[in-house]
Amino acid sequence: MRLRNPFGRKTKEFPSHLWTQCPSCGEMLFNKQLERNHRVCQKCGHHFKLGALERIELLADPKSFTETDAGIVSSDPLGFVDSKPYPERIAAAQAKSGHKDAVLTGDAQIGGVPVVLAVMDFEFMGGSMGSVVGEKLTRAAERAYADRTPLVIVSASGGARMQEGTIALMQLAKTVAAIARLDEAAIPFISVLTDPTTGGVLASFASLGDIVLAEPGALIGFSGARVTSETIGEKLPKGFQRSEFLLEHGFVDQVVPRTQLKERIAFFLNAFRVAGQDLRWSL
Amino acid sequence: MLDRIVGSRRATEGNGHLAVEAGLITDATQLASARPTPWQTVQTARNIARPHALDIIGRVFEHFQELHGDRSFRDDPAIVGGIADLDGRPVIVVGQQKGSSTEENIVRNFGMPYPEGYRKAMRLYRLAQKFHLPLVTLVDTPGAYPGPEAEERGQAEAIASSIQLMTRLAVPVVVVVLGEGGSGGALALGVGDVVLALENATYSVISPEGCAAILWRSASEAERAAVAMKLAGPDLLETGVADALIREPAGGAHTDHDATAAAIKSALIAQLDRLSRVPIADLLSLRYERFRSFGMFVEPDGNATPAPAQPWWRRILKNPLEKGGL
Repeated sequence: MRLRNPFGRKTKEFPSHLWTQCPSCGEMLFNKQLERNHRVCQKCGHHFKLGALERIELLADPKSFTETDAGIVSSDPLGFVDSKPYPERIAAAQAKSGHKDAVLTGDAQIGGVPVVLAVMDFEFMGGSMGSVVGEKLTRAAERAYADRTPLVIVSASGGARMQEGTIALMQLAKTVAAIARLDEAAIPFISVLTDPTTGGVLASFASLGDIVLAEPGALIGFSGARVTSETIGEKLPKGFQRSEFLLEHGFVDQVVPRTQLKERIAFFLNAFRVAGQDLRWSL
Repeated sequence: MLDRIVGSRRATEGNGHLAVEAGLITDATQLASARPTPWQTVQTARNIARPHALDIIGRVFEHFQELHGDRSFRDDPAIVGGIADLDGRPVIVVGQQKGSSTEENIVRNFGMPYPEGYRKAMRLYRLAQKFHLPLVTLVDTPGAYPGPEAEERGQAEAIASSIQLMTRLAVPVVVVVLGEGGSGGALALGVGDVVLALENATYSVISPEGCAAILWRSASEAERAAVAMKLAGPDLLETGVADALIREPAGGAHTDHDATAAAIKSALIAQLDRLSRVPIADLLSLRYERFRSFGMFVEPDGNATPAPAQPWWRRILKNPLEKGGL
């Protein structure tokens, strides 16, 4: 005889720790299989958000990534309190994401080419850029400059971190200044835009790649869709501020599915490396 | 290092006169003790009667010739720029232009530039570099225009490129924040060797209303947000966002445009005098350092490995040994 627990809820057909529903096509996806497919829906190709560690595993050659500047943590420059003090928000985000702040930087190889790799994590306070993110990215760019190594930055961010006020805004100038040096020294910088890349991050380093790649369907824009629709007082067309919209208007080079991202980056790195060497021979 | 250029915050400037005497406020203690609240400052900075870019340009410079258009799409009226003489020497001046009436504001889009506005600015920056003319920018915007056409034409890319160009522009650059310094849209004109701000100007990462709407989920909390965001003059000095403040007439800049312009003019002449004596390569590396140094964070020591635990017997012996016992 089957015993029934009178207090228990009905067992779900698709328990959430095993299954995820695709928000795009509604397909129930088995989590293990989804992870194996780098969090891309097998049916419709919807790209779920990817954490920084999984992203590094996707892009870097196995065991080639060594993290740098791992210990830098945020302080509270303004003593900022909204509904919660800023340090408490940081602590909560650290506990939730397992990272110290919203970016991981380090040295890696992609398809055998040594690079400086920086990967943002949206899980940490919406990937927002404050002092720590700005400093780590600037150091990454400076290391790329000093070693003449290409720089790859994968962005996933809502923009500047409001809790750090104008200091956060100045991180735009700080990171861009470091990127500008790479530009002058002809050191390749590949910028990968993932869902979402908006605000101050898009209005700074993320737009300035020699090559700008975007993942399919990612939200990419300067101002939040809510602000924009309030500005014009009407609803925005479907697909507004998505990767394909930016491709159409000429602001990204390619929209690349996640599964092909690594080989595509490796291709560009190799092309630029060969070009650089040719030039050095001819001089 | 920056002190070498701006003149020390405390001591004398290069020419031997005090920065304070030149009408500049370099320390919050020099401000009147009865300060307006941050929210009042926000209101003053937005006052429609406040001198806007063209009001200042007409009073500070002579022979201003406006240059129009970005050479690819159109002329954005929210950004004005051109060539003018400052104290007998030609400079390039670029600024965001708000209107002084509702009609003018509609034409000027309330000082919110489109991407083509920033591309016009970039064209003028390049012109300055090509002909070795110092650059003066006047910042006064609620922010870059957030509409769908601006997105289509690459608002973010225009701002990013403008910032990038300014960080490496091989001429002296002086930035003056006249009123509102609204986020990335302001920073696209805001990367200079020296950043000055009028006493009642603000500079912020997002408008107080926007911050309140996101963090407090209510735009009516803007007053609280304005306090928390530290966007007013004294805070800008403290964080180093502004190197010095330009004193306004007693009732605020809107009460006396001439006096405000005179204060800006003497500050500009003094700063450009000094900057033009610095070799360009030094100027660029100092500008890099100026923006490189923003950020407050905690870093563990270089070798952050914890000290090895001492054996128990040494821990016991340690204190007596230090006191000279045993």
